[in-house]
Amino acid sequence: MPELNQNPLVVDACKGFGNRPENLIEILHVVQNCAGHLSDEDLRSIADALNLTRAEVHGVVSFYHDFRRKRPGKTIIKICMAEACQAVGCKSIKDHAEETLSTAMGETSVNGDVTLEPIYCLGNCALGPAVMVDGALHGRVTAERFDALVLEASS
Amino acid sequence: MSFAPVTVFVPKDAAALSVGADDVGAALLNEAQKHNFEINLVRNGSRGLLWLEPLVEVDTPNGRMAYGPVTPEDVSGLFEADFLSGGAHALSHGKTDDIPYLANQERVTFARCGLIDPLDLKAYEAHGGLVGLRKALSLGPEEIVVAVKSSGLRGRGGAGFPTGIKWETARTASADQKYICCNADEGDSGTFADRMLMEGDPFALLEGMVIAGRAVGADTGYIYIRSEYPHAIQSMRAAIAIWEGANLLGDDIAGSGQAFHMHMRVGAGAYICGEESSMLDSLEGKRGQVRAKPPIPAISGLFGKPTIVNNVLSLAAVPFILSRGADAYKTYGQGESRGTQPFQLAGDIARGGLVEKAFGVTLSELVNDFGGGTRSGHLVRTAQVGGPLGAYIPETGFDVSMDYESLADAGAMLGHGGVVVFNDTVDMAQQARFAMEFCEIESCGKCTPCRIGSVRGKETLDKIIAGEDLKGNLKVLNDLCILMTDASLCAMGGLTPMPVKSALKHFPDDFNSARQPVE
Ligand SMILES: Cc1cc2nc3c(=O)[nH]c(=O)nc-3n(C[C@H](O)[C@H](O)[C@H](O)COP(=O)(O)O)c2cc1C
Ligand code: SF4
Ligand code: FES
Repeated sequence: MPELNQNPLVVDACKGFGNRPENLIEILHVVQNCAGHLSDEDLRSIADALNLTRAEVHGVVSFYHDFRRKRPGKTIIKICMAEACQAVGCKSIKDHAEETLSTAMGETSVNGDVTLEPIYCLGNCALGPAVMVDGALHGRVTAERFDALVLEASS
Repeated sequence: MSFAPVTVFVPKDAAALSVGADDVGAALLNEAQKHNFEINLVRNGSRGLLWLEPLVEVDTPNGRMAYGPVTPEDVSGLFEADFLSGGAHALSHGKTDDIPYLANQERVTFARCGLIDPLDLKAYEAHGGLVGLRKALSLGPEEIVVAVKSSGLRGRGGAGFPTGIKWETARTASADQKYICCNADEGDSGTFADRMLMEGDPFALLEGMVIAGRAVGADTGYIYIRSEYPHAIQSMRAAIAIWEGANLLGDDIAGSGQAFHMHMRVGAGAYICGEESSMLDSLEGKRGQVRAKPPIPAISGLFGKPTIVNNVLSLAAVPFILSRGADAYKTYGQGESRGTQPFQLAGDIARGGLVEKAFGVTLSELVNDFGGGTRSGHLVRTAQVGGPLGAYIPETGFDVSMDYESLADAGAMLGHGGVVVFNDTVDMAQQARFAMEFCEIESCGKCTPCRIGSVRGKETLDKIIAGEDLKGNLKVLNDLCILMTDASLCAMGGLTPMPVKSALKHFPDDFNSARQPVE
């Protein structure tokens, strides 16, 4: 039952996973990785393709922290806020980040450059504070190093 | 100076990359070219001496020599010091194997990690790989289960359930389809052993899973890896492809007639999906909500079929048990805690990293002897053992033996073997508050004691921290803890009180400092 305005990316992603509902999370990952976020239209197409209700798809999307319904910034910065990083001062990295980027955790900067997010453990707990910038992991991050990472990402 | 190509190792483990291992590798190649040296750069896993990362090793006639932590700026100096022949340098640590941190370990599961290129199958075999699998293929399912049972191996994911008994249940269940699911969700703060193994020795996990498949009669495996681990995901994908190409996965493994197919699933940022039944729902593409037990997964798990859920480290311990024998594994450890545990030293610690030891090492030995105290120079105040649901053990209690029973006796738990060290600036009321907050963020929402209790717990701790009616609120908090412990459906809500109560018990003054209660 193809509808108008189907995003070919979404249709392909679903087809690539055999239009099977048990692959919903994989499909959501693929679509978000390409599109940056999950739009209403895309979720509707996914529900259609997998023969799920929109409520079922919404239930899954809203359950997992990874999935975003809003377009993120050009750079996504995740700051680990879990215990091992707390023990080496991740709070001061967070404060520094929020202040220098004028962006609160969980938000995207007004100019759309960065999204700042908390994350709970990146598996780099011996070398904290740990930060992930667009999928690249960084350890022993100081305020200065953080600034350098932001600069690198925006250049 | 030698002119034959010298092998130089620079880890590609995520922790090493996080402090610049790629840049160091590039600088080494660059500098070697400048000097007209031929070097054979191998990207190995990490040896677990994480405070020395990036740790550069050189293969010399006298053994592997260690230099670290190396920055790209250090590289020209290393060449000047003739490090390719093991020359002396300020960053030199002598022979890697002689570094006390490594020499004093009992590397069983991590014996190969960091020694080889993780995706070099020949090197894997040369270092003892595939012996366990070949042995398993020559044995019947029951014999494999007996070996795992008598090894005393218990689940390393947190609950510590005897692995052999779980396998026996799945083996004797009759069904047209069974599954092996590897729990690689490793969500606990302070733990990274699963990640290190998947990046540094991924074939060992595959080997353990195929053996598990033969033992219980499952021809399909799933590895559920958290999305926070992009490097481990990449490594496992590559490893699976190599094993498929080498006929070690597929319809007829190594000509034995045994079939095993491997699939990977990536999580989506939900701590609760590490709980096994929640993981199964997530594997089915659903919200990761906890299932009521019974039935246990070994009877009715993924898609309602008998399913083994095991942690990465449990599965990766199995090849050793098959190749060297259950007795060889059992000689490590004590009491009902058999074998070795890869401990992970994290937080404010001078020498953070992976320490695999037989059960029975003390917390003090881990934190002080291996770990060297804090990185910051402050005094050690406490360590949280076993992840966000684990207890805070005060420094005065560090003589506790690290095994299942002794930790339970001390009101603590082993969990996944993470040790997070905090210095004397830590505010334990804030740590207790965080435990509740974390439970609020990560609760699956299925049961009220956890979903609502965690919110109330956080609010109550806020009042306590603000000094509001201290006595009354401490009573509320205590009651909440009892309720959550007794009435939660799973250990998320059920164990969140453990860090809270341990903080209250051992550090009461931290809950009393803000303001005197107004009567
Ligand atoms: C909240 C919660 C989180 C858990 N997270 C993990 C995890 O990340 N990895 C893991 O192996 N087990 C985790 N477990 C334990 C699993 O439920 C299960 O006991 C384990 O995967 C079984 O494998 P094992 O017997 O090899 O340990 C968690 C349990 C709970 C209650
Ligand atoms: S205790 Fe928490 S995580 Fe576990 S089932 Fe209940 S609500 Fe879900
Ligand atoms: S706690 Fe920050 S990386 Fe693990």
